[in-house]
Amino acid sequence: MAVLAYMENWDGKFKKSSFELVSYANALAELLETNIIVLSLGPVSEDELSKLGNYGARKIITVPDVLFKTLDNQVFSKVISVVAVNVGAEVILFSHDNAGKALAPRVSVSLKAGLVSGATGLPLSVDPFTLRKKVFSGNSFARQIIKTDKKVLTLAKNSIEVKENRGSVEIEVFQPDVQAGDFKIHMEDVQKQTGKVILTDADIVVSGGRGMKSPDNWGPIEELADLLGAATACSRPVSDEGWRPHQEHTGQTGKIIAPNLYIAVGISGAIQHLAGVSSSKFIVAINTDKDAPVFEAADYGIVGDAMKILPELIQAVKEMNAS
Amino acid sequence: MKIIVCLGNVPDTTTKVKFVEDNTKFDAAGVQWVINPWDELALTRAMELKEDSGNSVDKVSVITVGGKNTEPTIRKALAIGADDAVRIDLNPEDSYVAAYQMAAYLKNEQELHIVFAGTESSDYNGAATGGMLAELLSVPSISSVSGFELEGDKVRISRDIDGGTEHLLVDIPMLAIVHKGIAKEPRIPAMRGIMMARKKPLNVVPPSDVEALTEIVGFELPGSKPPCKMIDVDNAKELIDLLQNEAKVL
Ligand SMILES: Cc1cc2nc3c(=O)[nH]c(=O)nc-3n(C[C@H](O)[C@H](O)[C@H](O)COP(=O)(O)OP(=O)(O)OC[C@H]3O[C@@H](n4cnc5c(N)ncnc54)[C@H](O)[C@@H]3O)c2cc1C
Ligand SMILES: Nc1ncnc2c1ncn2[C@@H]1O[C@H](COP(=O)(O)O)[C@@H](O)[C@H]1O
Repeated sequence: MAVLAYMENWDGKFKKSSFELVSYANALAELLETNIIVLSLGPVSEDELSKLGNYGARKIITVPDVLFKTLDNQVFSKVISVVAVNVGAEVILFSHDNAGKALAPRVSVSLKAGLVSGATGLPLSVDPFTLRKKVFSGNSFARQIIKTDKKVLTLAKNSIEVKENRGSVEIEVFQPDVQAGDFKIHMEDVQKQTGKVILTDADIVVSGGRGMKSPDNWGPIEELADLLGAATACSRPVSDEGWRPHQEHTGQTGKIIAPNLYIAVGISGAIQHLAGVSSSKFIVAINTDKDAPVFEAADYGIVGDAMKILPELIQAVKEMNAS
Repeated sequence: MKIIVCLGNVPDTTTKVKFVEDNTKFDAAGVQWVINPWDELALTRAMELKEDSGNSVDKVSVITVGGKNTEPTIRKALAIGADDAVRIDLNPEDSYVAAYQMAAYLKNEQELHIVFAGTESSDYNGAATGGMLAELLSVPSISSVSGFELEGDKVRISRDIDGGTEHLLVDIPMLAIVHKGIAKEPRIPAMRGIMMARKKPLNVVPPSDVEALTEIVGFELPGSKPPCKMIDVDNAKELIDLLQNEAKVL
């Protein structure tokens, strides 16, 4: 028996969400009185792998083959399933991110293990194995039971505190029975945004809506984000109008994010927008309309003109950073 | 070449969500049902590909696992332009059941080309059916697809990753799990389309025998949160102070 956690890497590096997943795996293994095994696919240095040991990983299986640099859902999930069987994994864990959502369903089918995607915490009970997850795009929660002996979960972001738990790590290299010809997905090129905080990783996000009136008014949003080390985001009409790139669009049909702080400027707070940001720890709303629905979701609010308020906030943050 | 679009039927996104029977069932009373937003975009893209004479797409079909109540949604898809539709007559209890039913049906297709599924259903947020279907059919799947072009018998795909986009080349048959960017705006049925939809084939097929792997046993509405703390507009600076010292997020 074991809890197996699949650990995605980004160009050979792990992220906070990786450490969250190890912390979760550790807590779950404790609950199930079993041990945790981490699986990493693709080239990752020994140093980087060892970092997972700071959060409770004791055994890491790694497939350093460069073939695994590009995500191929079919091949990756096959290897994960093989390892899961080899180590006798009872639960297989993924982060609820692009890779986790791509792989968990395939692993679920190949192991005939029920899947709960976007679990928001540890099981409410282990028998029956019951998890909480958000449904209706964040408007409510469901309790879902997995009925099979083997289980697959994807873990929603910010669902567990990252917890240090240091110890020695054993790293085992695994060579799966996979050939280059098994990869059906061929990478042509990658475009990456550089020098900016990535929206899905950001602890703080400053977001603008149609209330910003024109793409020319984004200066203060960007300046405030810069000063706070934050990422920038926007509502859907703003990206539809081409005022901002579509990668910034948050909401039900855009990115779903869970930063510590989300500052919504000139955003009315439509249900579809809130669906993408309601898991933020704190929400700030700045809006001229005191009845805008965004204030129902917000923790702090200011009623007033963004173009007047933003410069004052920028000034206050400068003073804060200076002191 | 044929494109098959998986069509989910979901409550309109502005629905006020309520539960009945001791919070164990979604209250469907008065709910307006629509095509799952991602599937609507997938269908729109499929139609664009068919209309582009540079491609050899000759047919777009939609497939739904659902009861008779899903037929208005299916008719809407036909009105948007799908050539025909299949409804597998069962209300699926989980994503696995939905995927299994579609796989059982699609395995009988003479030749499988391209399948589109959405990233997730806006009701139960399973984020699973597309990947499960691909595994059951043993075909490659690509997720987070924001761009889809045909190039002969290959597909050129844009796949979103954290902070960027990958451009990939994939062979057919394949299954694409699509999200934002795949099409600009969902297509709205025109009058002519609505008339024609009535005559298009909607085949109802019986379900296969399969058991769900999971079960939803109850729902909770989020607890009420404390009211928003309002800060006077003439003292906007106070916000930064509160974020730093009260919320402790700066
Ligand atoms: C199926 C579906 C999916 C959708 N998905 C999404 C999604 O993922 N994300 C999303 O964002 N939307 C989505 N929408 C659209 C959503 O319903 C709203 O239309 C949209 O969120 C509104 O964007 P907004 O708040 O920027 O604009 P508006 O609703 O126009 O609000 C602008 C706000 O700015 C305020 N304002 C005006 N001037 C100022 C000023 N000077 N200073 C400060 N405030 C000012 C106004 O009071 C108003 O509240 C979806 C809609 C549908 C039907
Ligand atoms: N009952 C269904 N019938 C047809 N397609 C479905 C059904 N349920 C889900 N899908 C497809 O699978 C995608 C993801 O759904 P889900 O796994 O339920 O979040 C949807 O966007 C649809 O494309």
